Amino acid sequence: MLLISCPNCGSRDETEFHYGGQAHVPYPENPSGLNDREWAEFLFYRDNTKGIFAERWLHSTGCRQWFNMLRDTVSYDIQSIYPMGAPRPDKAAAAPESGTASTAADSTTTGSAAPSIAATSITSTSTAPSTAPSTTQSGTTAPEGATK
Amino acid sequence: MANTTALTGINGLRDIRRSPASHLAEALETGSVPGKVVLKEGPFQTMAGVRVDPSSEEGARIASVTSGLPVRCGEVAGREGVSVLWLGPSEFLVVAPEEAHDSLGGDLIGSLTSALGDAPGQVVDLSANRTTYELSGPRARAVLEKGCALDLHPRKFKPGTALTTEVGNIPVTLWKTGEESFRLFPRASFADFLGRWLLDAMREYASPEVP
Ligand SMILES: [Zn+2]
Repeated sequence: MLLISCPNCGSRDETEFHYGGQAHVPYPENPSGLNDREWAEFLFYRDNTKGIFAERWLHSTGCRQWFNMLRDTVSYDIQSIYPMGAPRPDKAAAAPESGTASTAADSTTTGSAAPSIAATSITSTSTAPSTAPSTTQSGTTAPEGATK
Repeated sequence: MANTTALTGINGLRDIRRSPASHLAEALETGSVPGKVVLKEGPFQTMAGVRVDPSSEEGARIASVTSGLPVRCGEVAGREGVSVLWLGPSEFLVVAPEEAHDSLGGDLIGSLTSALGDAPGQVVDLSANRTTYELSGPRARAVLEKGCALDLHPRKFKPGTALTTEVGNIPVTLWKTGEESFRLFPRASFADFLGRWLLDAMREYASPEVP
C-alpha cells in the first residue's frame, strides 16, 4: 500500500486514488494536421520508464482533484508531488521559471548548475547501479517542452 | 439547477418516503450496545452539493447564505441549522434539517440557487443522495478504526471536523460531531452494506470483555 500525500488532504491510502497515466503529454498544436499514425501515437503511446516517472493522479475518494507525481517505478519511492500545469520539478532547474522554483526546491537537491541527468542518475544508482544508464536515458527522452 | 417551483406539489409523497437503511432499523437496534457503541440511522436531511470558487463574488454570495464556507480539508463552516462540509477546494456539501428543504416550506436550495445566479458553478439538490448513520459511544472510534485508515485519535481528529475518506472500503464522509459521536454519510446504494459492516464491527462489544 502506498501512502500518497494529496496536496489538499494530506497523507491518504493509495486506495483513495486513481492513476491517470503519464503526465506532460502535450495536446497536439494542430490535431487536424496529424496523420493517423501520429494521432494514434498521441492517444495510445506512452513511455515505459524504468526509474523516475512523471504521472498524473486523482484523489477520487477525497477532494476529487488531480495532481502530478514523480515516482520511481522500480522502488515506488514518491519523489515529488506538484500541481497540474507545473513543469517537472527535476527539469525545472534547466528551465528557469520564477513561479515554480518553490515547488522544485524540496525535490531537487542537486545544484542548479547540474541538469536533470545528475538528479536522475543519483537516485537510480543508489537502488540499482546496473540499470543506471537506461534509466538516465529514458529520463531525458521525456517530453521537454510539455506544459501539461 | 433546482427547479424549486416543481417541488411545491410533492408534499404528499413525503409520507411514503423510506430511508435507504429503513429495512435495517430493527437490526441496528438489536446490534447496538448501550453504554459502549450505538448505531442509528439519522433522520432525513436536506443536502445540497455546491461547486463554486470560494474567492469569487458568487462564492461570497453563497457564503452569505450559509454563513461562511470552509477553507481547508476537514473544516466545517455554517451556523445553527446549516453546516457546510469541505469536499474539495471548490466543492462543498451543505447539510441542514429536512424542514429546510423548499418542498417542506424551507428555502435552502432556492436561496443557494439564486445566490449562485448565472455565475459559473452549480447547486444541486442531493437530499436523496446520501443517508446518515449516527455512531456514538466510548467504543465508536474503535469500531471505525477497523475499517478507516485515517488517524482517528482525538489529538488529531477533533469534534467539528469532517473528512471524506473510506470506511469499510466504501467512500464515506465522516463527520465527528462530538467527543464520542460520529456521523457517516454513505451514498444511498452503500447504506445497506455500511450498516451491516458497522453492525459486524460492533458485535464484539456485546460480549463481556476478555481480560
Ligand atoms: Zn485530496
